[in-house]
Amino acid sequence: MSPRLFARLKTTLFLLCLVPLLSLVYGLLGDSLGANPIEALSRGLGDWTLRFLLITLLVTPLRRFTGLNWLPRLRRMLGLYTFFYALLHFMSYVWLDQFFDWAAIGKDIVKRPFITVGFASFLLLIPLAATSTNAMIKRLGGQRWRALHRAIYLIAGLAVLHYWWMVKKDITQPAIYAAVLALLLGLRVYWAVRRGGR
Amino acid sequence: MLIKHPLDIFPSEITPPEVYRGRRAFMRATGSLALAGSLGLQAGNAAAGVKLAGTRPGPYGTREEMTPYKDVTTYNNFYEFGTDKADPARNAGSLKPRPWSVQVDGLVKRPGHYDIDALLKLASLEDRIYRMRCVEGWSMVIPWVGYPLNELIRRVEPLGGAKYLEFTTLNDRSQMPGVRTSVLDWPYTEGLRLDEARHPLTLLAVGLYGETLANQNGAPVRIVVPWKYGFKSAKSIVRIRFVDKQPVSAWMQAAPREYGFYSNVNPEVDHPRWSQAKERRIGEFFKRKTLPFNGYGEQVARLYAGMDLRRYF
Repeated sequence: MSPRLFARLKTTLFLLCLVPLLSLVYGLLGDSLGANPIEALSRGLGDWTLRFLLITLLVTPLRRFTGLNWLPRLRRMLGLYTFFYALLHFMSYVWLDQFFDWAAIGKDIVKRPFITVGFASFLLLIPLAATSTNAMIKRLGGQRWRALHRAIYLIAGLAVLHYWWMVKKDITQPAIYAAVLALLLGLRVYWAVRRGGR
Repeated sequence: MLIKHPLDIFPSEITPPEVYRGRRAFMRATGSLALAGSLGLQAGNAAAGVKLAGTRPGPYGTREEMTPYKDVTTYNNFYEFGTDKADPARNAGSLKPRPWSVQVDGLVKRPGHYDIDALLKLASLEDRIYRMRCVEGWSMVIPWVGYPLNELIRRVEPLGGAKYLEFTTLNDRSQMPGVRTSVLDWPYTEGLRLDEARHPLTLLAVGLYGETLANQNGAPVRIVVPWKYGFKSAKSIVRIRFVDKQPVSAWMQAAPREYGFYSNVNPEVDHPRWSQAKERRIGEFFKRKTLPFNGYGEQVARLYAGMDLRRYF
């Protein structure tokens, strides 16, 4: 792929990744998010965090299946968008849900397992986002950087658990995310085992 | 009792809820029941209900701002029509609220089947504006139409052994797409202690905003227990059974650690997975503090005198 075409593709993807946020903001301003817009916004941001996380994890399998070797060059942006939506999701909780009631937030994090794991997965994302620059990769060294960024598998597991433990009774939605994650991680395990066996 | 059919209402006759509210305030101010009767109460959205004429203002009203009709009818938990809160409004069109009858049986002297038309005429209909607090942490203010459940209870004459009531919601796959899934153990059942059921706050509701209930709100007849979390107020009921032992409700069966038989609104006793200290009133930006017994403590706290409400959650 020519550099120009790739740059265009990257710009398009960058704008595309903003569409979920814009549609939520549009819904909020246009009063089309239903009777409980704050909840809809907060859940929508959470949904998109998970989706971006899974899309990020899809890059490697997709490259292996399609042979499109430029795909991983889009992964950093997808990962940073995951963090961006996670940050907005977290902010919606701190601001719109708890209104900066730090005592209540602290209690929630300690007492509510679904918030504990959600908060943990958000915290773990921070070092990953912070080390996403080329300079940081160089400073850490490829091997250490890769080891650190393997935390994404744990983060993904915690994020799905966060959703699973949040729902009242109908676990259909979190189960779908869990199944997709299991598939994406399962492929990696399968490849690792095959590589090791050879 | 005059029950008009949908075709009797022209769109031009329909009063928006804002106007209806204004009219209510006016009627309250004048205290004129006769005026209410002669005007008839017209309200809300034509799609859902048929206006219920001749209702009178009931006690225990709140002056808090009522949740708009649109929100009350589009943000519902009614798992028989799906688990998303927008599902009931989308899917409840398949419910046929007529013909309908409610079986009343168990430990009563006069068991029987009550046709919905008979139920509508059983006692005079009252407007009751109640707070509704969902176990999920949100709340509404809803103008119900109905009468105290006790009006029905005293007519069927409970026997000495009757200590509890069990309510059963319709369980019909052809009308309720949600019961094809096993998200709950159908039919939906709920229960009250006899004294709770006889409390003057406990309502047998047949209407909302002056009209018959929208399907997604539990048409044609439901229970409303305003001091308990919303799920205790069984919708679209087909049976009321008087029993001697505490019934196991659908939610107790589904998650006994999370949902108790009493389920009184209590900011001190958290749901195992989230806090119950605050609630978001639909339409408001800031959360508000949740009140014990949803603000009806003065009326109902004595029912639980001496009980450990942490244990009997």
